[in-house]
Amino acid sequence: MDILSILAESTRSAIGPIAAIYALAAIGLNFHFGYTGLLNFGQVGFMLVGAYGVGVSVAVLGLPLLVGFGVGLLCALVMALLLGIPTLRLRADYLAITTIAAAEVLRLVYRAGFAEPLTGGVYGLQNLASDFRSINPFDGGERYGFGALSYSGNNLWVLVVTWTLVLLMVGVSWLLMHSPWGRVIKGIREDEDAVRSLGKNVFAYKMQALVLGGMAGALSGCMLAVYQAAIQPDQFKPQVTFFLWVILLLGGAGRVFGPVLGAMVFWFLMNFTEGLLQGLGSIGLLPFLETTDYGAIQLAFVGLLLVLLIVFRPQGLIGDRKEMLINVK
Amino acid sequence: MRTRLLTVLLALITAILVIPGPAATADEQGGESLHGRILHPENRDQGVEGIVITVHDGEDEVGAATTDSDGMWEVGLPGPGTYRVVVDQESVPSEFVLREGIIVDGETEVEVEANDQRPLIVALMSPGQAESEEESASPSEEETEDTPAAGDESIETNVDSGSSFGERVIQLTASGLLFGLVIAVSAIGLSLIFGTTKLINFAHGDLVTFGAMIALLFSTGAAGMGNSLLALFAGLGGAVLIGGFLENRLSRTVLLVAQGVSILLGIVLATVLGVLGDAVGWSVPLWLAAVVAVVMGAVLGGSMERYIWRPLRHRNVAMIQMFIVSIGLALVLRHVVLVLFGAGRERYAGFQLQEMVRIGPVEMPPRDLVVMVVAIVVLVGVACLLQFTRIGKAMRAVSDNRDLAESSGIDVDRVTLYVWGLGGGLAALGGVLYGLNQVVEYEMGFRLLLMMFAAVILGGLGTAYGAMVGGLAVGLVAMLSTLWFPSQLMQAWALALMILMLLIRPQGLLGRRERVG
Amino acid sequence: MSSDDVKDGVGSGVGGDDRMVGAEPVPGSAKSDPILVADGVRRSFGGLTAVDVEHLEVQRGTITALIGPNGAGKSTLFNLLTGFDRVDRGRWTFDGTAINGRSGHRVARAGMVRTFQLTKALTRMTVLDNMLLGAQGQFGERMAGAFLRSVWKGQERENTRRAMELLERFKLVDKRDDMAGSLSGGQRKLLEMARSLMTDPSMIMLDEPMAGVNPALVQSLLGHITSLRDEGKTVLFVEHDMDVIMGISDWIVVLAQGRVIAEGRPSDIRSNQEVIDAYLGAQEETAVAGGSDDD
Repeated sequence: MDILSILAESTRSAIGPIAAIYALAAIGLNFHFGYTGLLNFGQVGFMLVGAYGVGVSVAVLGLPLLVGFGVGLLCALVMALLLGIPTLRLRADYLAITTIAAAEVLRLVYRAGFAEPLTGGVYGLQNLASDFRSINPFDGGERYGFGALSYSGNNLWVLVVTWTLVLLMVGVSWLLMHSPWGRVIKGIREDEDAVRSLGKNVFAYKMQALVLGGMAGALSGCMLAVYQAAIQPDQFKPQVTFFLWVILLLGGAGRVFGPVLGAMVFWFLMNFTEGLLQGLGSIGLLPFLETTDYGAIQLAFVGLLLVLLIVFRPQGLIGDRKEMLINVK
Repeated sequence: MRTRLLTVLLALITAILVIPGPAATADEQGGESLHGRILHPENRDQGVEGIVITVHDGEDEVGAATTDSDGMWEVGLPGPGTYRVVVDQESVPSEFVLREGIIVDGETEVEVEANDQRPLIVALMSPGQAESEEESASPSEEETEDTPAAGDESIETNVDSGSSFGERVIQLTASGLLFGLVIAVSAIGLSLIFGTTKLINFAHGDLVTFGAMIALLFSTGAAGMGNSLLALFAGLGGAVLIGGFLENRLSRTVLLVAQGVSILLGIVLATVLGVLGDAVGWSVPLWLAAVVAVVMGAVLGGSMERYIWRPLRHRNVAMIQMFIVSIGLALVLRHVVLVLFGAGRERYAGFQLQEMVRIGPVEMPPRDLVVMVVAIVVLVGVACLLQFTRIGKAMRAVSDNRDLAESSGIDVDRVTLYVWGLGGGLAALGGVLYGLNQVVEYEMGFRLLLMMFAAVILGGLGTAYGAMVGGLAVGLVAMLSTLWFPSQLMQAWALALMILMLLIRPQGLLGRRERVG
Repeated sequence: MSSDDVKDGVGSGVGGDDRMVGAEPVPGSAKSDPILVADGVRRSFGGLTAVDVEHLEVQRGTITALIGPNGAGKSTLFNLLTGFDRVDRGRWTFDGTAINGRSGHRVARAGMVRTFQLTKALTRMTVLDNMLLGAQGQFGERMAGAFLRSVWKGQERENTRRAMELLERFKLVDKRDDMAGSLSGGQRKLLEMARSLMTDPSMIMLDEPMAGVNPALVQSLLGHITSLRDEGKTVLFVEHDMDVIMGISDWIVVLAQGRVIAEGRPSDIRSNQEVIDAYLGAQEETAVAGGSDDD
């Protein structure tokens, strides 16, 4: 077992396209939970509509990729409105249940047989990235980078674009949260009745946050479609949302850079545990397990991480513990 | 903390820059390839052998493969690029045809990236097979995801679509009642737990899966693992009981030691039995296995309350954070079950092929009849428990107003423990019933959880009777929706009903208006 | 103990009773210049009627106290009037406009701002941010406006100046950069009052402003309340402490079982037999039960 190469591979994935895509979606979740206090357990649903916005537009309707991004974002807007109107006036737990249910229903609808002409059913859609690759300044077949950190030209292009989008969204969240708008949003997280008593339309603000975060999720879905060049409904299972929660809590909810750091550390850990399990398995140290169990063990590990983070370090890596302790709710 | 983190990161980055690219070579070993598995359309565990697949780059053939006895095939590729894949239709056994989808006229184009080992789905169907029928073999590209065994995620309705509309209405109403009863049995615990602790237990679905799996294990033969689990849970159960009943009679240290000893004994016994393995194999009939499952479910629920939730409540962890903890626990539980029992879809042996019984206009297999009777008896029993016994009344009182109950002298912590025990047991029973009616697999509980959510919101969060009423309503709506809409959407209709209820009457049918505040 | 804060209401030139000129001390009496007029306001929970007020007027520019035994419906009436709970029926006007059925934030925008019985300081925000949240009509509070820093900067500066003035007045200016959660209970009450003043209201509804406040701070809170009136604002407040009520109120409304059973100047109420029966009798029970009103 080569621990150094496991570490190197883990680092490679920590700054790779997948980490960037998850960072983007986690920034959306940060808007929901970190700043506004909305319990969205269905962020993967926003990713799904984003990805299929691109997929259906490009692969089925033959529209340009940019239109696909537009469609994806529009779908997220509609979904946020549909989710928010019945639930945002109610207690937080109702939103939690509704979002997790809605995301799962969306997946079932997109994979259903009758939707197949549009969504490709369980098989999903393919060949989505040709527009994107046609403007690739790098050579798709070439490898770039040095040492362990090298990516194929296509992946490097996705990586550059996605991290740019991440930085853009970080900038947007910084600007918003350091404005009077952000002050109202944070106020709502603390106590929405108090904010309402000061003449702010709490419902409208929550809706804006839901839409904004949903759009970030959809954007991440769009980039996922571009990165993989193919999408299937079953990659949008609820556990993706749970990954995003771990990422957000790991990095620090309510921090501008929390989701970014969280995504990098999370994918580092995921690949590290995987490498470690396989390494240990290959030298016969895990006699009771088969290689197919490793994925399950990893997911159990994600769950455990979620529990331990909440109990022992609720502020995440870059949060302020004192600030967390003041929270008396 | 931050500086320490930064140092570690910097050290790591330096280390990686020094290593001369082992990782890059690691994932290049495989190079590019296409692979897949062609499955028998009716029996998804079986592959189809001898189908020839060729891959072309332009006009040149770059590789070919023939499926093996499991239906597996793989073609190595010379490099990244766009390839044309051709499935030789001559080689497809005559009883099947290629399913049109990605593959059109036996051909498709695929883009393959550098180092991409891409799966490609080639599906077969029987020539007469209706287009709307569910497909199998969902692909999973993500390395981190466990591959689902099959893609069939809808719930079987057991109704022949050929019969007349009136017959189908009656038949579907029966199925809906059955489904609703199963939901109701499982959801009571969810609702009571919410009522007593204000916690939405996202792990409740996995308690359902747990029950179904345990019953499967003990009805098909419990050897090493079964015995170990039994011993482990006996230890846990002992500890919970000691904690629950002797709390006021023993000193704190003695109590802790006693609980610790009980758990430790369980672990030791479990190890011994695990080592003995198949030497002490045994199996019981399903009804007895179900009883074991219910008891173990109750122990699991009780020990979660005793050793996780109660400490967290006493630490004043915020509610929202508790939800996240329950999601974490759900992930842990689900994937531990997956490791222990595997991802296969199974049914309880001996209950699959049964002669249909006719009761009036309704036709159903005896097992479904038993499921209904058991569910009704249990629901009535729970209602009696809540209505007439002291502990039941206390549960309702705590559920109604925790503070008031506490100030009127009810031991709220103990009542909560009972609620979790009851909830865990009922969820396990729900799992067995659901498994009898459908199939047993590791994600069944999560799917039922969404239906349970719909049920408890429909009936009113926090009320046991609401869960019963809501469960029945959800079951009926889900099943009857298939009269007009595709069956894959039946869960969607149930959840739509839930959202509608949130719009009109957010407190639910039996809830009180102030609850949603 | 800043008793120098306490401006003497009588000394300001207008006699305390003069503010209520022409008002009869009977339930539902008409006032000469009412700012708030409520009619037939009713709310029941389950089968229990919590509030059933036939007619109520609040005189502009006065301090009106709302008293009553536990469970009399004081907080519920507060919630209804300020749009934080929905009535079964009833209508009320504020400054001549009907505001029944409006949601909480629109009532606040109309100029009727409230505080809460359990103080709602926004704990993980600084004291200054708490204050700035009260300012109305901020361009930067619009989502698109938030990006145009140069446009809202001027407004923000002006709001900050006003907030600092208020903090100065409420003796919180040294705490401006502290988290609101680190303040003491009394300081939170002060902050909440200061924050509500940031909205520039014409009427302030205070729900038990003295509850849980260190006795040393009570005097200063009282001073703030009377100075609000002297600036021409109307104050309606719920309170338990009879000494406080008798000391500063111009008018007292007594609620029991959801109904107005008496109204009048402090001297009228003190001698009203019905009040003594309904309220002061219950007051003794309250003292036993611990004294908080949570209807």
